[in-house]
Amino acid sequence: MDAHEFWAALKGRGLNFFSGVPDSTFQGTYNVMVNDPDIRYIPAVREDVALGIASATYFTGGLGGVIMQNSGVGNIVNPLTSFNLMYKIPALLVVGWRGYGGPPNDAPEHWIMGVKTPQFFDLLEVPYEILEPDNLDSALDSLLANVKERSIPGALLVRAGVIS
Amino acid sequence: MIARYQAIEQVLSHVEDGDLLVSTTGMISRELFTLDDRPGNFYMIGSMGLASAMGLGLAIQAPHKRVFVLEGDGSAMMSLGTLPLIASEAPPNLVHIILDNEAYESTGGHVSISSKFDLAQTASAAGYPWARRVEDIEALESALVKAKNGGKLGLILIKCGIAPIEGIPRVSHTPEEIRDRFKSAVQS
Repeated sequence: MDAHEFWAALKGRGLNFFSGVPDSTFQGTYNVMVNDPDIRYIPAVREDVALGIASATYFTGGLGGVIMQNSGVGNIVNPLTSFNLMYKIPALLVVGWRGYGGPPNDAPEHWIMGVKTPQFFDLLEVPYEILEPDNLDSALDSLLANVKERSIPGALLVRAGVIS
Repeated sequence: MIARYQAIEQVLSHVEDGDLLVSTTGMISRELFTLDDRPGNFYMIGSMGLASAMGLGLAIQAPHKRVFVLEGDGSAMMSLGTLPLIASEAPPNLVHIILDNEAYESTGGHVSISSKFDLAQTASAAGYPWARRVEDIEALESALVKAKNGGKLGLILIKCGIAPIEGIPRVSHTPEEIRDRFKSAVQS
């Protein structure tokens, strides 16, 4: 799908504040967001910091987003368990899924997390959806309904090539 | 040397009703809770190092509010990269306060490395337009006045002593109560 279509779908659902750390999964998709005048983006230094920044949106009545690579999932485990899941503060995590399928896909540093990524979210009971070329609306609607109902973060897992 | 409890009390004397205060995990939140349990206090009772990130997010998204971040040297050092990030955004309504007792006091007074360097100089080097180190109550008072009225992002490094308060209570509100009353305070 086209990057503009992706961000339009998020903006159309009220998401216009993001923080994060870039991932090559998003390449041009990331730049479309950074250059979008309707999205406020804070380039964070770590994924946990991005989640802290984006979680503040909840207090102003909105929903904040984090864009990140799955290698940063470890960095958000403590904020998830002792902040977002504890206080029940929602956010949308848009996670680039490097190393999907495990070796020999992608670079060695992504192999283990590439396999374990969904298991981390399952373990933490954080809902997630896997973005496919043809399920943008249904994946977002289902995920955001879950996020709002439970008032906790949810993750959209994005493989390379799904958004261009 | 200032006792941390006394420093927090001094900070609170400059906090107005509508102001927001994000405090870090451990004794700092417990002392704040004991001194003045305001709805505009967000006690970040977990997630060490995250208070400054949330304070930044709030200051940007609630620009009509003054936001105080109250953290220790341990949490500031845990998230040191947040200093240049805050400085690069430079929200003028954010006052960042580091209570530096050169120790992880909440876990039992274990020595930290903040005696080896100056976090106010670090903040300046990171791009804070204004950062001051204070070591007594008079200097703290003057720094607080300056931070509040300076119209720009500021950081105050308060060198504190280690003075645990016997029997200080934990924050008694549930996390969701802390969240909900803080949300109302943000939106009021």
